[in-house]
Amino acid sequence: MAKRTLEEKLAILSDAAKYDASCASSGGAKRDSRDGKGLGSVTGSGICHAYAPDGRCISLLKILMTNFCIYDCAYCVNRVSSNVERARFSPEEVVHLTLEFYRRNYIEGLFLSSGIVKSPDDTMADMVRIAKTLRQEHSFCGYIHLKTIPDADPKLVEEAGLWADRLSINVELPTDTAVRTFAPEKKPEQIRKAMADVRVLKESRDDESFTGKRPPKFAPAGQSTQMIVGADGATDATILGSATRLYAAYKLKRVYYSAFSPIPDASSALPLIKPPLMREHRLYQADWLLRFYDFGLDELTASTTGGNLDLDVDPKLAWAIQNRHRFPVEVNRADRETLLRVPGFGTKTVKRILATRRHRSVRYEDLTRMGANLRHAKPFISLLDWTPRGLLDLSDLRARFAPPPEQLSLI
Amino acid sequence: MHVTLPEIGTFEAWRDEARRLLVAGVPPEDITWSRGAPDADLFAAASPLPEPTAPAPTVPKAFVALARDAVWHSDTERFARLYGLLQAVIRDRRVLDDRGDPRVDRLEKMAKEVRRDKHKMTAFVRFREIGDPEASRRRFAAWFEPSHFIAEPTASFFAKRFGDMDWTIFTPQLTVHFEAGEIAFAPGVDKPPLPADATEDLWRTYFRNIFNPARLMVKAMQSEMPKKYWKNLPEAELIPELVSTARARAREMAEALPTLPPVRAGRITERLMAEVPETRDDYETALDGCRRCPLWQDATQAVPGEGPRDAALMIVGEQPGDREDLTGKPFVGPAGQLLDRVAGEAGIDRKAAFVTNAVKHFKFTPRGKRRLHQNPNAHEIQQCKWWLDIERELVKPKLIVAMGGTALESLTGSRKGILKRRGKIEQAEDGTPILVTVHPSYILRIPDHLREAETARFRADLERARAFLEQKAA
Repeated sequence: MAKRTLEEKLAILSDAAKYDASCASSGGAKRDSRDGKGLGSVTGSGICHAYAPDGRCISLLKILMTNFCIYDCAYCVNRVSSNVERARFSPEEVVHLTLEFYRRNYIEGLFLSSGIVKSPDDTMADMVRIAKTLRQEHSFCGYIHLKTIPDADPKLVEEAGLWADRLSINVELPTDTAVRTFAPEKKPEQIRKAMADVRVLKESRDDESFTGKRPPKFAPAGQSTQMIVGADGATDATILGSATRLYAAYKLKRVYYSAFSPIPDASSALPLIKPPLMREHRLYQADWLLRFYDFGLDELTASTTGGNLDLDVDPKLAWAIQNRHRFPVEVNRADRETLLRVPGFGTKTVKRILATRRHRSVRYEDLTRMGANLRHAKPFISLLDWTPRGLLDLSDLRARFAPPPEQLSLI
Repeated sequence: MHVTLPEIGTFEAWRDEARRLLVAGVPPEDITWSRGAPDADLFAAASPLPEPTAPAPTVPKAFVALARDAVWHSDTERFARLYGLLQAVIRDRRVLDDRGDPRVDRLEKMAKEVRRDKHKMTAFVRFREIGDPEASRRRFAAWFEPSHFIAEPTASFFAKRFGDMDWTIFTPQLTVHFEAGEIAFAPGVDKPPLPADATEDLWRTYFRNIFNPARLMVKAMQSEMPKKYWKNLPEAELIPELVSTARARAREMAEALPTLPPVRAGRITERLMAEVPETRDDYETALDGCRRCPLWQDATQAVPGEGPRDAALMIVGEQPGDREDLTGKPFVGPAGQLLDRVAGEAGIDRKAAFVTNAVKHFKFTPRGKRRLHQNPNAHEIQQCKWWLDIERELVKPKLIVAMGGTALESLTGSRKGILKRRGKIEQAEDGTPILVTVHPSYILRIPDHLREAETARFRADLERARAFLEQKAA
């Protein structure tokens, strides 16, 4: 095989990395290079430096170290049985690309992942070396996200956490059965153990020791994971159930849902589908309701059909339509929890309502300025100058929000 | 009265003027504001008012934060609106909390637009290298066209980020230089010619390949990266082509026939499957794969007993908790720490005992960011007895301490009347003596004023166990 140029490698190894949804660069420990001794800064909230036409943000240089892989996961473009072009970066090349892109303000940092070559330990050790070189030799203060190899030696994972802002391990699919079926070499229990290790390591380092000295931070931006949606038969209820357990057990910062997307040279074991993008979107909305709106998993699953979220209306609206007896909500009296349940009210709107209410009554026309989506909210609220009257009892309430039925296409 | 504010340091200048006007009691409608080089004849009189003699009234921090952003907006009314709101805030500081107030709303919206523009500047400035790549401080430059006057307040972001290089950002309103660690401002310029930079080709290669044609969502892209920025983004020139070919590329992937795997794939998979990496204890390996009840599905791992295989004393608890589930070791959480302490006080070395649980997987319900312990049911206890029996067979202890109802039920078939049975020695079916006591987590749960007495009783039970074993050994 002729030696590939850096540009050819970059083309292959970024193409191979695009199925990972995460590109977040938030939550890292704040630091900067104002003293001129290094390069980079982390402000806490990430920056999206570009957007690709798929609507996804480009914040990090998201690449694979290599797309050679000894595993045979049916959903993956890099599986051993695929005929895609293969390439491998040297650690120096990854360091060079990260720094040169960073200096031109293209990126916030590096998101490094890899196919498994030789052994999980060898692969993980190379990834750790890249992160260490960036930090130590180049005083790089930008963001680093390392994808951890679940079977790697816990010592390597521990070292990775010292250089990286975030670690992640993909659970890949929502159920153990699906992982066993489509990723025969991966062990779901091993993945969970690796996530447990990361949580324990992080917590042991976040605790102040009795001398008052803080040990070096371990993965300050925490850990995250990704689940592919639509490749197996799991329902949304199953997926959200898994996510809820993962958040509680391993203190994940995020669970990413990635609509199963067509890949070049797909496996015959897993027929390609049109990526279920709306389903992915609804799952993120439901995930938000669980984490920031005090919704319980059972409440959300109770308003699903056959375990799946309504694709036509968002999950909060779907829940409200099925629980009309709890509405209308008195905007000037209801507590925070109740206000958060109103469709069209976000956390910011609720905060503003509560702040204003301390001094005066909120009027209907104030709500637009406070950021409410009144098209969604108005059947569910009452104020001095607004009552929904019969709106809430309309039998076609859902149809008023759902998009008009589309004519079926022929193919 | 007319106030002209300078183009550099506009915020501080506005603040100082506003303070003077406020102290002098000038109403908002009597002032007009502008920004820019003042007319030559007015130059000397930078401020139409003398230094204030009385201190200015204080304002809430939130107002200063609002002004700090809104002052850079391109709306010519901004200075007057800020001064108007400032007077309103002095009269009633609560007005700031009222997002329904049109004055607050308008300025908050301006501030938000400015913050967004600043954010987009931090995102979309693209540097090109203009100096020697081998120099100790490399030199870069960029051209950017903001919507508001944000180059000055955004300069510090770039200074913090690109501390080890020299750079210049040219904008139509202001030029920002950063040299040897110092920020300097100069007037704005027309778009300067910047030399080509080969790294831009690599960046375009990345942009082209990180895009997934099967997920085309042009609107989502444009709402975050509006077209007005495209002309200065090297990657944007690829967008039309990527969009127009996306559907065909996705269709091609979907219609492609499956290929035969490369020859090496079969060899690699075969070798991988033949490897037997685990060399753990047979019992522990088998326990890891236990599917006798559904508890394994949600737990991280089964937690086997721990301790010498010839221990005289076996201590049985209920089930692993959060910490035990994460680490795979029994009694490492709060209950385990209590057990260690009290056992030590009773003269028992926990490390010399075999410590285990009646149920080997953690049973819980997720609640927000925590996992709440749930009691195992009779079926789960019954199914897991299989493993406890194996451990008893391996260790053959002379005495078992059953802590809590679950352990008692597993070992004797019944948990009834545990508080009456505690402290006494019973016998398992095979005749092994069993000392009954409570679970340490029970002691952690009871009200504070009862805890000391309960701990003492627990200690007494463990002392009894030690005495029993010493008697046996004698």
